[in-house]
Amino acid sequence: MMEITEGSHAVADAVRLCRPQVISAYPITPQTHIVEALADMVANCQLDAEYMTVENELSALSACIGASAAGSRTYSATTSQGLALMFEVCFNAAGMRLPIVMSIANRALGAPLSIWNDQQDSISLRDAGWLQFYAEDNQEATDLHYLAYRVAEDHSVLLPAFVCFDGFILSHTYEPINMLSQEDVDRFLPKFSPYERLDAADPISFGMYATPDYYHEFRYEMDRALKESKAIIYKRGKEFGQMFGRDYSAMVEGYRLEDADTAIVAMGSICGTTKDAIDEMRDEGKKVGLLKIRVFRPFPTEEVAKALSHVHRIAVLDKNISLGAKGAVALEVKDALYGSGIPVKGYIIGLGGRDVRKKDIKAIVALVEKGQGDMFYGLRREVL
Amino acid sequence: MVDKTLELFDCGHRACGGCGAALVARLVTKAAGPDTIVVSSTGCMEVFSTPYPETAWKVPWIHSLFENASAVASGIEVALKKQGRKEKVVVMGGDGATFDIGMICISGAFERGHDITYICYDNEAYMNTGIQRSGATPYDASTTTSPSGKCSFGNKRPKKDMPQILAAHGAPYVATASIAYPADLMKKVEKAINTKGPCYVQVHAPCCTGWGFEGEQTIAVGKLAIETGLWVNYEMVDGKVVKAKKVVRKPVEEYLKIQKRFRHLFKPTRQGAEIAAIQAIADKNAEKYAIDIKLKKE
Repeated sequence: MMEITEGSHAVADAVRLCRPQVISAYPITPQTHIVEALADMVANCQLDAEYMTVENELSALSACIGASAAGSRTYSATTSQGLALMFEVCFNAAGMRLPIVMSIANRALGAPLSIWNDQQDSISLRDAGWLQFYAEDNQEATDLHYLAYRVAEDHSVLLPAFVCFDGFILSHTYEPINMLSQEDVDRFLPKFSPYERLDAADPISFGMYATPDYYHEFRYEMDRALKESKAIIYKRGKEFGQMFGRDYSAMVEGYRLEDADTAIVAMGSICGTTKDAIDEMRDEGKKVGLLKIRVFRPFPTEEVAKALSHVHRIAVLDKNISLGAKGAVALEVKDALYGSGIPVKGYIIGLGGRDVRKKDIKAIVALVEKGQGDMFYGLRREVL
Repeated sequence: MVDKTLELFDCGHRACGGCGAALVARLVTKAAGPDTIVVSSTGCMEVFSTPYPETAWKVPWIHSLFENASAVASGIEVALKKQGRKEKVVVMGGDGATFDIGMICISGAFERGHDITYICYDNEAYMNTGIQRSGATPYDASTTTSPSGKCSFGNKRPKKDMPQILAAHGAPYVATASIAYPADLMKKVEKAINTKGPCYVQVHAPCCTGWGFEGEQTIAVGKLAIETGLWVNYEMVDGKVVKAKKVVRKPVEEYLKIQKRFRHLFKPTRQGAEIAAIQAIADKNAEKYAIDIKLKKE
């Protein structure tokens, strides 16, 4: 059913349909509308879950670890500083192989304090062992929650997942969204069946410490599970498409890319603006296309290389910066294209909520055509 | 009633001989029984009991991080309730995990009123990392980060009053206990577990390695702490002290002089003023908890 809904409320509704038993979250802008909506659903018996009002984000995710280990489907949501406070808990949840799903309403990290959007928060957790999905619009933001639970809980994966959607740009925007019914979601997402759980009838130990004799292999197994989750994403994304008409089997998605000379690579809500800019550039006769990255972890290295093998140049848009190096997406794309001879240039854009407009995308295309890149785009003159 | 003959914390763990914390694990699980989920914070107990792929725990057990055991426990408690399960949730954290780094998590869990029992095994310093000072380290104890020296007598502050802080959260049952009095310890643990809501038991757990005494002296050291009034075993119900173990008090010197962490108070010269200051702490405890047994004058 089509509804015009705020992104956060649509995400909250999708989470409700996933039937989490335990929700544990701490309020932080711009995630608040999601958790307020969920608390309201619990208070009005529309969602049979416990909503835990914890004292900070570290405890929010820690409570999810406990609840998940005890065998319940769990959910949390956060952003920015909240995610940074969860840093060690994120690594821990993944290492304990607990399939927690957490929405990230992407926001910049301080200092200086900024409540506005970029993707520095979740990108900075790229090494934590979580799956990372990025939504272009709110339809995708809702659908990716069903997919995230389905993939994370698969016994061959058993890793937690971020569903990232741009703070304010998506979280606070009203869009028409096709919401699934409870029956639909129940058909796609079976009841949570934990691989192991804390149970007095069958006592096991969770979270033991590993000496150098074992630690290395634990990390290998996590890496393997994350890489092999690509096949599960494909399978479940396909199944979702067959059921509801929106196919999420591909981790990357091309837009007017088949015959493009110049490819833009981007992630998140900026893909919409980029598509509009591409349409206008196409009208002017420029052969430009987009490769949208929907899954950043596991990174679809081979898929990226294949999708971009025919282009002459690549411009990667990064709403993050690995300070002292490059944007995280650009680094991955350069790795994927290594040896191909295709020039890959990175552009840091839209940090801390600065608008990215169609004319900025066009300007970046002009820069990459001149071979200029690996730079911050659109800096104020006084810092130059 | 729980069958106290069951050993739910098994032999073969890697604790030092004479470890007070290992006794806590054994006695607490005995008192709690098999229908218990144990949540451990990072620390000595966690490390000596679960070197992968071996575990000493015969009850379901989980360790996540240093500071978050009470948050993990509250998540477990909520999940069990949601699933209609009846297991009890018991947290075991050292004094560093309890008094210092885990303070926010404990405060949150107690304020939310989860039905959990928190056991602090208090060995009065960060032992796992090599005997550094914590908020539970007693006045004048020498640790590796509060060493005694030419211009220092060791730790400059008395212990934080953690039981009082948790009682102020509205905890229905708060108690202190000692491994030197195992029956009393088990009784208190059982009481805490059977009291609805967040309960706290702080257990004095002498550490032979960190405090500097022979492993066979652990119980004797624990007893002396009680007998000198430097540790008081008491119970608080709804924030009020209802019971405290009375003793015929001995001078604090008897407790101090058998531990290397207080050696600087006696050698090379006796530090009378410092010993008097510690005696004053014991006297204050005795007055506050009314533990003195008054002997009739002959």
